[in-house]
Amino acid sequence: MLAKRIIPCLDVDNGRVVKGVKFVEIRDAGDPVEVARRYNEEGADEITFLDITASSDNRETIVHVVEQVASEVFIPLTVGGGIRVVEDVRRMLNAGADKVAINTAAVFNAEFVREATTRFGSQCIVVAIDAKKVSGEGEPLKWEIFTHGGRKPTGIDAIEWAKRMADYGAGEILLTSMDRDGTKIGFDNRLARTQPICRAVMIPVIASVAWATCNIYGGWGERARQMLFWPPVSSTSSSTALSRAKRFMGSGRRGNT
Amino acid sequence: MAQRIAVIDYGMGNLRSVAKAVEHVTAPGDEVLVTDDPTLILNSDRVVFPGQGAARDCMAAISDHHLNRAILDAAQSKPFLGICMGQQVLMEFSEENGGTELLGLYPGRVRHFPGGKSADGTMLKIPHMGWNQVIPTHDHPLWAGIEPGSRFYFVHSYYVDPSESGLTAATTEFGVSFASAVSDKSLFAVQFHPEKSADDGLRLLKNFVNWNVSS
Repeated sequence: MLAKRIIPCLDVDNGRVVKGVKFVEIRDAGDPVEVARRYNEEGADEITFLDITASSDNRETIVHVVEQVASEVFIPLTVGGGIRVVEDVRRMLNAGADKVAINTAAVFNAEFVREATTRFGSQCIVVAIDAKKVSGEGEPLKWEIFTHGGRKPTGIDAIEWAKRMADYGAGEILLTSMDRDGTKIGFDNRLARTQPICRAVMIPVIASVAWATCNIYGGWGERARQMLFWPPVSSTSSSTALSRAKRFMGSGRRGNT
Repeated sequence: MAQRIAVIDYGMGNLRSVAKAVEHVTAPGDEVLVTDDPTLILNSDRVVFPGQGAARDCMAAISDHHLNRAILDAAQSKPFLGICMGQQVLMEFSEENGGTELLGLYPGRVRHFPGGKSADGTMLKIPHMGWNQVIPTHDHPLWAGIEPGSRFYFVHSYYVDPSESGLTAATTEFGVSFASAVSDKSLFAVQFHPEKSADDGLRLLKNFVNWNVSS
């Protein structure tokens, strides 16, 4: 049967991996190719690079990163961060990315998602959704889309938005729960437990999970079908990071289920 | 002996990963050529036929590039590896896009997944995306060194349903048991993406590159 997917997410700044890379065995821990290769060897099901390069002058560096990684690591590769127009999508796919993740740009210009999926196919467009619970005590549960790292509310209902993105042809939803003050520390247990978004759309929903959550909520991970996580800075090896994620979720491509 | 492997490029999707993965498993001196030239394709020693996108677009692109004849000839004359849409379009007819005529090399249809729920009650979301198990139906040189039930990476909403069961080289379960690989003489075609399936995917590509069909 179809395996669960466990996807390490690596932040890339100016062409270097900047988080979750303290591998004792790697000489140059910030080299994206080395890090991706290591995660592949350890059985990661896919890899996601999130470009956090602040300066637009250095945006081109992520293209070279994707080219290098895609030439040497043969598992699916997703790239996110700064994907705003169709040309950005094209460049990433041509460089060797299998999918791109669109976040804020979708909120400000939903048609961009439709344009990208029509042009390149649903299979390579992931729409990232940052959702935060806005309903108060005793009210019906409601989650809203936030931008800017969970600081700016948009007034958009998260479940309605997910449906709309699916209608526009998105191939997957990458769902980040911004509760706990937007720190990404805790994936909202209710959002996960009741799976309102998973039930609302027929496309796969990837739960984006902060590392700490893998310890806190031992229960719902087993029900998730695909999960993206940021390996902890303190991790001493990819093997440790992945095996904990696998325990939390109940395995990936090398497991039994 | 050095050989030339053509990767057929008809404008359907990015072939970089396929070409890089094939290069990764070839011997020094071998040439991997990404091309839409029918002559170059037919003069190559082996042919890889990838493809992604919708059935109708694929058929239109094959036709626009004048590749129908070359693909059919290569598929019947030399080691030929179809990948994803490169497996599907070998059949007669696809349910996609309200019904699309395909190349018709093999009898059978391409059907949409029924969806529904799996045996353990989880919803089967379409596209079928991720790592699923591939169970070979018989021995074949391309399965050498690959454990039955190994997982390969899939992304698709339609599957091949050959009317001759002898064509099926492997099955995979996703609501239905479908032909995740077909084989016939010098042809082998897979629904999954070996170029994205880590070590086992590279092993299959290497087996293809080394496949001695006459033996």
